[in-house]
Amino acid sequence: MAERLAVKKTYKLYVGGKFPRSESGRSYEVTDAKGGLLANAAWASRKDARDAVVAARKALPGWSGATAYNRGQVLYRVAEVMEGRHAQFVNEVAAGEGLARGKASALVDEAIDRWVWYAGWADKIAQVVGSSNPVAGPYFDFSVPEPTGVVAVLAPQRSSLLGLVSVLAPVIVGGNTAVLLASADRPLPAITLSEVLATSDVPGGVVNILTGTLADTAPILAAHMDVNAVDLTGAAGDAEQARELELAAADNLKRVVRAPEAEPDWIAEPGLERITAYLEIKTVWHPVGV
Amino acid sequence: MLDDARLSDIASSEASLRRFLHGLPGVDQTGAEARAAALATRSIKTTAKQYAIDLAISMIDLTTLEGQDTPGKVRALCAKALRPDPSDRTVPRVAAVCVYPDLVATAKEALGPNSPVKVASVATGFPSGRTSLAVKEADTREAVAAGADEVDMVIDRGAFLAGRYGEVFDEIVAVKQAAGDAHLKVILETGELATYDNVRRASWLAMLAGGDFIKTSTGKVAPAATLPVTLVMLEAVRDFREATGRQIGVKPAGGIRTSKDAIKYLVLVNETVGDDWLDPDWFRLGASSLLNDLLMQRQKIATGRYAGPDYFTLD
Repeated sequence: MAERLAVKKTYKLYVGGKFPRSESGRSYEVTDAKGGLLANAAWASRKDARDAVVAARKALPGWSGATAYNRGQVLYRVAEVMEGRHAQFVNEVAAGEGLARGKASALVDEAIDRWVWYAGWADKIAQVVGSSNPVAGPYFDFSVPEPTGVVAVLAPQRSSLLGLVSVLAPVIVGGNTAVLLASADRPLPAITLSEVLATSDVPGGVVNILTGTLADTAPILAAHMDVNAVDLTGAAGDAEQARELELAAADNLKRVVRAPEAEPDWIAEPGLERITAYLEIKTVWHPVGV
Repeated sequence: MLDDARLSDIASSEASLRRFLHGLPGVDQTGAEARAAALATRSIKTTAKQYAIDLAISMIDLTTLEGQDTPGKVRALCAKALRPDPSDRTVPRVAAVCVYPDLVATAKEALGPNSPVKVASVATGFPSGRTSLAVKEADTREAVAAGADEVDMVIDRGAFLAGRYGEVFDEIVAVKQAAGDAHLKVILETGELATYDNVRRASWLAMLAGGDFIKTSTGKVAPAATLPVTLVMLEAVRDFREATGRQIGVKPAGGIRTSKDAIKYLVLVNETVGDDWLDPDWFRLGASSLLNDLLMQRQKIATGRYAGPDYFTLD
């Protein structure tokens, strides 16, 4: 019997709920920790970044307008579908990060648990960071969190799944939409996550995932006037690049989550900082007794 | 060559009008669509793009035709027409604002006397055109009396599709007379005409009857302006000028929302009728949200970073 021909996967971008190739037609080689070829990933250009921002902006009213309960349910569903792709994630994390399968498997477990943890916050964060305020006047005064808008996320370069989940989930749980630039050298778990998102109930455009280099798309996203916040975590360790991105982001006063000096340990218990970083507090003064 | 005697001969009876319109060569549907699609792939970049964006801005009939229009909204629209981007004086003005007849006086006042921006008013029972001729004439006279420089009339599609060409012809002539010195744009509502052959016939009918412009659509019917329909109309004005020496303008309207769309139309004009028509006097774009997209593209070119709608007026 003839040997079966391998059916190789084409790794593509995820924009507006679809899987386009890069507008540039370029791709780049993704290697495992030992330098062996893993895949040819799409190399996103500035126009792909532009398209992703358009898709994220279009998805924002629907996603931010959904009830918090509904968002929580949708995000929990993502975790369910991730569980079904467990083995695939383990393979990709093990190859990309050069880990033993056992260690990689524990990281995937942690990543799914992290997603569930954030999903749970969808309908609770308002109670924690919102308030009713005692004021000296005939007003009922209360504060509620609202999403910042379109958030550009530079995902961590080293932790390709746990780190990815730890920066992406807090953005969308609050009702923001995201344009995420995956780790340049380890993009495969992000691409698989995009397939998970496409087959969960997350509306197209809520998360858009680009693969490629930081240098091609990060400055475009940081300077884009229709992006409301930017997370520079993926630029950790490169102070000069981070500085330039912060300067570009200053033009329209974006919210900036600054790049740490070194990539943090993602195993550590997360706090609420990453959720609240992309929330704006709105305070309403409502006259009473008139 | 169609001289005046031949033209009045064509218009002399329903039968001769029909003979002439049905004698026009048929439109090659596949060819027209392929031609429009091929021209739409032209890549217009850098300085050519800058030129095209400014030209497109200067050709816009900035339009608001909603039941909910208010004098305040029209005044805001007029301010935007005069100074599309308050932060940049180099942005050209638009060609005209287009409103309902009852808001013409408001627009006229907001633009000021001798304004370079014209006021266009829809009339004749817009958008369906299903009123009596007397009402259509009165509608037109009122708009012109209120100060409209241009009148956008709709044709009676029911009569046209039923083949009563004479009736449509007489109506356009009557409205033209009621409009006096005001420029007359004839809306064909191509989305309801079903075939390109009908678009070609309606274009010729409108031109024979004395329209100064032929316009694709009201914007209330889908599909509104499309590239192939505009191509057919541009060919009609080209052939009409060759035959009679009279130049007629073209105005696609409805559904043109992005700079890319607008530039495709400009390419179509340039390649079909040449740069005689690349002028706000002879080609207009009926649009509202298009202007903001053009301004955003302009800012992108000037600053190098992508612009966002938060920094432009809502309309």
